[in-house]
Amino acid sequence: MAGVIRRRARRQRLFRWVVLTVLGIFFLLPLVAMLEFTTRGAGGGFSAHTWRLLVDWPKLTETYPDLSTGIRASFGLVLLTVALTLVLLVPTVIWVRLRLPRLRRLVEFLCLLPLTIPAIVLVVGLAPVYAWVTYFLGGSPLTLTFAYTVLVLPYAYRSVDAGLSAIDVRTLAEAARSLGAGWPTVIWRVVLPNIRSAVLSAAFLTVALVLGEFTIASLLNRTNLQVAVNLLGKSSATMSVAVSLAALLLAFVLLLLLSLVGDGRRRTLKKEIS
Amino acid sequence: MTASPVAAEPVGAAARHGVPVRLAGLRRSFGTTHALDGLDLDLAPGELVALLGPSGCGKTTALRVLAGLEEADAGRVLVDGEDVTDRPVNRRGMGMVFQAYSLFPHLTARENVEFGLRLRGRPGARRRQRAEEMLELVGIAAHGHRFPHQLSGGQQQRVALARALAIEPRVLLLDEPLSALDAKVRVQLRDEIRRIQLEVGTTTLFVTHDQEEALAVADRVGVMRGGRLEQLATPAEIYLRPATAFVADFVGLSNRIPGRSGPDGTIRVLGQTLPLVAPDAAPGTPDAPVTALVRPEAVDLLPAPDGDARVLAASFLGPISRVSVTLPDGTPVVAQVGSDRLADLTPGTPVRVRLRPAPVALAS
Repeated sequence: MAGVIRRRARRQRLFRWVVLTVLGIFFLLPLVAMLEFTTRGAGGGFSAHTWRLLVDWPKLTETYPDLSTGIRASFGLVLLTVALTLVLLVPTVIWVRLRLPRLRRLVEFLCLLPLTIPAIVLVVGLAPVYAWVTYFLGGSPLTLTFAYTVLVLPYAYRSVDAGLSAIDVRTLAEAARSLGAGWPTVIWRVVLPNIRSAVLSAAFLTVALVLGEFTIASLLNRTNLQVAVNLLGKSSATMSVAVSLAALLLAFVLLLLLSLVGDGRRRTLKKEIS
Repeated sequence: MTASPVAAEPVGAAARHGVPVRLAGLRRSFGTTHALDGLDLDLAPGELVALLGPSGCGKTTALRVLAGLEEADAGRVLVDGEDVTDRPVNRRGMGMVFQAYSLFPHLTARENVEFGLRLRGRPGARRRQRAEEMLELVGIAAHGHRFPHQLSGGQQQRVALARALAIEPRVLLLDEPLSALDAKVRVQLRDEIRRIQLEVGTTTLFVTHDQEEALAVADRVGVMRGGRLEQLATPAEIYLRPATAFVADFVGLSNRIPGRSGPDGTIRVLGQTLPLVAPDAAPGTPDAPVTALVRPEAVDLLPAPDGDARVLAASFLGPISRVSVTLPDGTPVVAQVGSDRLADLTPGTPVRVRLRPAPVALAS
């Protein structure tokens, strides 16, 4: 009997490793190919020229002005979109949970709506609106913040909503209120600290989505990172692949950092207690 | 509602400095359901009143209206003579312990206790000192550095009690604080709550569906039904002299034994004449059929070969046991006897059923 259980455990372990290896190859192989392509020198040898140029900001700006504009625009968009999404969404979702639970389905429907609308359809609808946006605010790529905020709503909403579902918001809010807290205090000092990781993951999803967005920016004639990479691909394939790989790695590092922040806090708490 | 909802003298308190509380004509409906239907309730300073009743009777709604967490459709809430009906919950100065664990998960036990004091702008040193005192009071000072998820359910409720008391509330509200705990911890904490309440002397409203809990901790117990008080009296009076059939039926076990109305507010049951708790409730016509509600401890069983009742089963409950018998007409009766008598009351034993001459209530 013990032998059968051991054999079964060994088989399961082997299966797990096979699955992990296949998935690892599936995901890593294109990245390795990208890295190899961007480090291929003249005559097939190794060259770090593209990567050295990528991290030398003044030289990069001089050599590829459109790319540096796109990078700056995308980072600006990331900051603004994260800020606007969180400022609009988090208090709204908390308020609906606490005070207007009957509106929850409606808010959920509205937030998830962009998921069902293809980007091209969204642009058709947004184009006239953006004519006015351009009229009032100019043609800066940063005005894409408004479109991106709508675009990230489904992901950010799901994340925040899941965070709120994990705690008894109503009881916590009532407990805080009975102790003398006003609504802003309840949200800021009781609810937010307890959905911190959900808010962080909403922010991360927003970062990932904004860094990777191409269709809306391109169709609304704004230059962001992906539009710049696309343009660059026509003149310097090596640099455009390097930038794409760097953007992917950046997203990966962000994800890692976020999960480390959460784990680190948990570890610190455990250490303090033990 | 048979008992007058006037403020009673506080019972058994040492040094009391609570405030009087009055709920006057409270009404609250949820759709077509009347959770409160003109509830009147007075709490004397420092008194602990337990609201008891079945699910949906309005006891929690009453507490939430007093806390300010629900708005009343009609009626007034007065605390220390001051009308607080329209005052928001965060300005009522009431401490509350909830049924669900309500400690803030991101704060330690001590920080939880300090939360209300921080909102009141108390300086750090005084805040910490008060938190320590409160944690000491509830017997959990050693765990002040722990986070809620590292505390047991009982410990969490102790911290919640300390947090509610730290702000020196005018009224303490306990919304079924023990219902999520296991039986042993529940009894321990129940006694602790009473000890602490007597020590701090805060006027307290305790909502529970557990009659044993209500009878054990309260100065007075209010039995609710359909959004109104059915009876408000001391635990002994509620149990021994239930004002209505509902109270008699709801509080403690009751046998329903058929009988006939007798003269002068009495009834005849199993050949015995018994006084009624409420003589006015007796039927006007003599010899009318009635159903008496008789407590198991008022039933005695005498093993006898010519006995006309038969023992059906017995449940051992430690020092006492409950024995079920069936009368000749098939009526089931439960008697409470000392466990040392169980050997004589095995299933099938013929017995005579005798009732102690205690006042009984009539079933509605």
